[in-house]
Amino acid sequence: MRPNSPTKAPAPRTEQIILFRVSGQVFAISSASVQEVRGMDSLSGVAKDISQPGLSKVKHFVRRGEHSIYVVNAAEHFGLPPAPTALVFVLRRTRTALLIDGIEKMTSMTRLQALPLAFCHEERSWYRGLTALDQTVVPVVKPDGFLTPEELFLLDASLSQEADEKARPAAEDDTQDGQDMSLTQ
Amino acid sequence: MTLIAESELQSFVLLRLGDRRFAVAAGQIAELVAPSRVFRFPHHTSEIEGVILRRGRIVPVCDVAEKLIGKGLKSRRFYLITQRSYGTQTEWVALPVTGDCELINAEMTLPSDTDAPHVSGWLSHAGDVIEVLNLAALTPGPTETAPATATLQLQEARP
Repeated sequence: MRPNSPTKAPAPRTEQIILFRVSGQVFAISSASVQEVRGMDSLSGVAKDISQPGLSKVKHFVRRGEHSIYVVNAAEHFGLPPAPTALVFVLRRTRTALLIDGIEKMTSMTRLQALPLAFCHEERSWYRGLTALDQTVVPVVKPDGFLTPEELFLLDASLSQEADEKARPAAEDDTQDGQDMSLTQ
Repeated sequence: MTLIAESELQSFVLLRLGDRRFAVAAGQIAELVAPSRVFRFPHHTSEIEGVILRRGRIVPVCDVAEKLIGKGLKSRRFYLITQRSYGTQTEWVALPVTGDCELINAEMTLPSDTDAPHVSGWLSHAGDVIEVLNLAALTPGPTETAPATATLQLQEARP
């Protein structure tokens, strides 16, 4: 008869996270949620301007195939003072790219506490929860919390309106050309 | 007669905010702790100033002095950690206080219709008339709460 093997406590599940800074405040995001990390320079050639009244946190967008990815200024989103941004996170499974000051470090968390229910406003859609790391508390952001479906709708509408406006003079030119042709004929 | 009178006595913790004292039912108190570092992050719930770490739990800090005595606290001596109910769920909320707290037994008088929503009753103690606080009316919270657990394991918390 073999002796019972000692039962080991299961190792705590960990999740890889990136700690990043926005206007001096540290946040965390699951590294699985970050598709790309790019420098600001790499955006300058491809980003186009967009202006949507009441949505000043989005000033640029990038075309990716059929989709538009909106560049959200994280400091403005969180209501923090503006700070020089150096990096962009392109967030997976969203249409958001996030302007941040920089990356603090990569680490892992073993426990995510739900945001206490005392927090009862917009922040509930911003954060997945809070985690304690090295005796400090860090909010863990929700990748899809930077733009609400309503905000995405407004931004999409703004782009399609812009595209319509660009297309209209061309169409008018075509009509004009047609008239000219009929006149000459 | 004595037995009936005793059965009406309830336990309360008296807390001090500036010159005034308030009471909270003792059953709603978790502990009294020394002030520790408040961690702040962006949010829009103005009554909450941040969170503290206590026994591995992350506890929101809610300064109720503004509502109760008309001005925020400049100094704080302790955090009174209370148990705030949100429907069927209970969570800790830390209330900064300016002085020692005291456990008393007293009979509570029910509030009248004209009392503020944060008053759940009145006590008469040592010559003072003291408001018993209704934490649910005094501290912020959602109007409807989902039956979620306070701590999520990562497996459950993954997006």
